[in-house]
Amino acid sequence: MNIAYNFAFFDEGSKREIRRSTLKAIAIPGYQVPFASREMPIGRGWGTGGLQLTLSLIGKKDMLKVIDQGADESVNAVNIKKLVTKTTGVRTVDDTEDATVVQSRHRIPEVPLKEHQILILQVPLPEPLRYYEPSEFVTQRLHAEQEYSGAWLMLFEQIMKYGHMSTGADHPVMVQDRYVMAPSPIPRFDNPKMNYSKALILLGAGREKKIYAVPPFTKVVSLAFDDYPFEAESFEGASCWQCGATGVFLDELIDEGTGETYHQCNDTSYCISRLNARPANH
Amino acid sequence: MGYVAVKGGTMAIEESIRRLKYERVKKGMVLEVDSIESGMRGLIDQVMSESSLYSEILAAISIKQAEGNPEEAVFLMRAYRSTLPRKHYSRTIHSDDMQVERRISASFKDIPGGQILGATTDFIHRLIDFDLMNETEEEVMGWLADFENQDTSAEDMDKTDLQRLPKVLDYLRKEGLLADCENDDREPDDVTRKSLKFPASRSERLQVLTRGQTGTVTSFAYASLRGYGQLHPTVGELRVGDLPVYVDNPVGSLDPDDAYFIGNVKVTEVEMLIPVTVKKEHGKKEIELEIGYGICYGQNETKAIAMGILDNTLGSTNPEFPTENQEFVLYHIDSVEATGFVSHLKMPHYVTFQSKLDSARKTKKADKSGAEEEMSE
Repeated sequence: MNIAYNFAFFDEGSKREIRRSTLKAIAIPGYQVPFASREMPIGRGWGTGGLQLTLSLIGKKDMLKVIDQGADESVNAVNIKKLVTKTTGVRTVDDTEDATVVQSRHRIPEVPLKEHQILILQVPLPEPLRYYEPSEFVTQRLHAEQEYSGAWLMLFEQIMKYGHMSTGADHPVMVQDRYVMAPSPIPRFDNPKMNYSKALILLGAGREKKIYAVPPFTKVVSLAFDDYPFEAESFEGASCWQCGATGVFLDELIDEGTGETYHQCNDTSYCISRLNARPANH
Repeated sequence: MGYVAVKGGTMAIEESIRRLKYERVKKGMVLEVDSIESGMRGLIDQVMSESSLYSEILAAISIKQAEGNPEEAVFLMRAYRSTLPRKHYSRTIHSDDMQVERRISASFKDIPGGQILGATTDFIHRLIDFDLMNETEEEVMGWLADFENQDTSAEDMDKTDLQRLPKVLDYLRKEGLLADCENDDREPDDVTRKSLKFPASRSERLQVLTRGQTGTVTSFAYASLRGYGQLHPTVGELRVGDLPVYVDNPVGSLDPDDAYFIGNVKVTEVEMLIPVTVKKEHGKKEIELEIGYGICYGQNETKAIAMGILDNTLGSTNPEFPTENQEFVLYHIDSVEATGFVSHLKMPHYVTFQSKLDSARKTKKADKSGAEEEMSE
């Protein structure tokens, strides 16, 4: 029994259904549009939301880049690329500039995205209010009424407890002064990249069955207080041991021999392109 | 200096997949799909039910590919299900038309049509049958021949029409002990085409429950029986049998006589009776019986009973217990979703963890400077 799959895995009806929800998401920035998420051949929770967006949008001429926590070669990124190329034959690329569609888990690339590009973020937990309100029925109403005191209180309590906001990745943002949105677990470092982004940003949560979007040139502000401003992760005094980059998100590594800490660009293709751009005798 | 383990992903993945195949075939034996289909009815029924895809052959292949791991087999089936365009809807199936193989009631001893035990594990002693180590096909064929002979003679004696058995609950309705429920002929919502909204409609609830992971459905129902809920239900009727599926002629009339018979699905159907106290006028209390309905593909009796319990608890208008909370039950009961999200924790979380680490360090720093300030004061 040999079964041939349709272009991009889904039947056309399913793709159209996902695109319809995507259009609605773009029309209402930051609003979580429910969609009939399909089961995928990769794990629910392993990027199926992003993958469904990618498969619903991708055409034969697209160039696809997939990264997982900054790395093109990470096992899960490779696995997703493999599935997309297997069912579409689309070309994959590493250089951010060359891609038309970038699917990413938990990072926005260092190279600024442009108008013709679409960034697709994989989302584990799309509901920014879930930490203090477990019920979906209630959070939907809170969004409708723009009742976000819980989100502010959460941050306020962190300041009371720890002296500053202690969110890790997934620091909530306000989209176009209307919806509080989970930016997906990108580090706080990447939050400002969403603000007036030239590229369309789509966020897909497969297991939670939600699609939402930040259309190009949309205002995205990380929640913060006047006296306790939003702070990105600090890499003060650190630079990439390979390409020397500063002002980028760095991975912290430990030298097995000496036990010392050193740093390396988290965005692997950015690091490699910087290395390649160096004069040969360097 | 070695870079983090994620580099070289492509080759590592290829080798890991080869390794997985090795584990499946290393003993040099091929497990025939036919053998799975004929000898693993329990697993096939469970996998078909959790996948909500009725195909014994696909379930058998999935079980083979998954090395018998139901979670993986269900995953394969569900992913395949996503690729199937929906071309037809069947005619409404009436469960009264079931070709019954087994039918029991725990509420009444003498039910019209009688108790029919059929095939059940309820009365076997769970002693490992060591003879199965060396069971031969010859033996099996001989046993089969005997069995079939005996069966014909028994049938002659019994005139029960297995396709027209009266329902136990109808008897209670006639007695006035059970309120007549009105037929709800609204088009059912489809949870595979529209994501859940709360409060969920009954059709949505039943769909999510019947697709639920067998163990989870059972455990949630168990919790409500044991203490987290106030249920003391009785199995009104449990049936196992085949239901015929008809599809209307896509170009012809909608006359049922022109519909095509496309096959049978074997299901387990349960109607639970649940006594509840109802307040009447002037604070007077009465006991009334409510119904919980469970149905699932294959012979999955524990799951169907558990589903019947949860169908009732989720109808609660004033949830007190987690088992009565629709979001708690319906969001967490699906095999593919639960196993997917739990297993995603194996993925690298380098960036998110780095970010948390940054916050944790700041907290420590703040603690230290706070302590110093106190000292100097």
